[in-house]
Amino acid sequence: MAVSLREYRARIKSTESMKKITRAMELIAASRIIKAQQRAQAAAPYARELTRAVSAVATFSNVDHPLTSEVENPTRAAVLIVTSDRGLAGAYSSSVLKESERLAERLREEGKEVVPYICGRKGEAYYRFRDRAVQQSWTGFSDQPSYDVAAEIGQTLIDAFLDDEGVDEVHVVYTRFVSMLTQEPHATRLLPLEVVEGTEAPADGEVLPLYEFEPSPERVLDGLLPQYVQSRIFYCLLQAAASELAARQKAMKSATDNAEELIKKYTRIANQARQAGITQEISEIVGGVNALADANAGAE
Amino acid sequence: MADIGTGLMVEMVAADRTVWSGEASMIIARTVDGDLGVLRGHAPLLSLLTEAAVEISTPDGVVHAAVDGGFISVADDRVSILTQHALLAEEIHIDEAKAELESAEGMPTGNEREQRIRRASSRIRAAEAAG
Repeated sequence: MAVSLREYRARIKSTESMKKITRAMELIAASRIIKAQQRAQAAAPYARELTRAVSAVATFSNVDHPLTSEVENPTRAAVLIVTSDRGLAGAYSSSVLKESERLAERLREEGKEVVPYICGRKGEAYYRFRDRAVQQSWTGFSDQPSYDVAAEIGQTLIDAFLDDEGVDEVHVVYTRFVSMLTQEPHATRLLPLEVVEGTEAPADGEVLPLYEFEPSPERVLDGLLPQYVQSRIFYCLLQAAASELAARQKAMKSATDNAEELIKKYTRIANQARQAGITQEISEIVGGVNALADANAGAE
Repeated sequence: MADIGTGLMVEMVAADRTVWSGEASMIIARTVDGDLGVLRGHAPLLSLLTEAAVEISTPDGVVHAAVDGGFISVADDRVSILTQHALLAEEIHIDEAKAELESAEGMPTGNEREQRIRRASSRIRAAEAAG
């Protein structure tokens, strides 16, 4: 009886300290989300200007570039999967991985071999556990990606794509940040690039000016397109980072709520146990006194 | 798009931030074909930049910056300079850049060495021009 009361108190204590941890993680995630969103906003002008420039070149010259040309019979497809480095983010990583499995299956049905590239320790662990080969992986930056990482990943994928022995397509699976409450896994094809042919580029009705390209449209495109790919990857990484933090905040919030619930439950049980103990003690004392009184009465 | 202002609207954008934006009267940048000066009314242009210093003359003085390649696009008196990394002169540590230049010169010859030398020396130039 007294033992179980002590046990309950210990459980309450440990749940309380867990609650403190999850609460702290919730607050950290919440403050980092704001930073992640600011970073995404800060990166927006670059992406916007780059898209403008690419569509300008695409509109005024015949785009024929290795990065935009489709291979006739694609046989190998690279899939870049963006997961998190750490868990405790609810179903964040597993839903990205599930989406990537779906994509891989579709690609295999189309007769393409899937070559996985992975961002984040969780994805790496998933593949290692299943003993599957990974072409290359990058870890250690999932909640605050830098442009340099995106540039490195982009360059690796471009090299693989341009290599004859490499891949014929590049896909990305990442989590799109819709709102604080919804983040959805999303698969998209990165290479070969589909250049928006200036159809929607001048958003506010302005006509794209007649650019001169120096030294030549081809050279400009040569310089632009890799940057464009890298900036697209950077965008995916930033979205994934914001999503990861939002998912973590949500998961930690419900963990904190659950801990509170558990503490309440255990406190009730502990109180009950304590009360039961007191009642039993009283009845034992009363019983003992009665027995003594009876014995004394019998002796007299 | 006839601006009422007298200058160029300039935006210098790095991959992760807007480095500088504002009004300017003239921009001097180095493209792969040589130095390029942009004044108001310049013809629409899209050109590749090399690692070099960029000079922006504004009503309040001259802004110097170092860019790591990238692009310059000019249209309707709007100039955008796009680059992966850009540093304004006041953000450059000249000693660091000099150390970087020395270490780059010690590297085996190759594209990376060239690029790092150009990058470091463009930073030094930008910082010295401003200093």
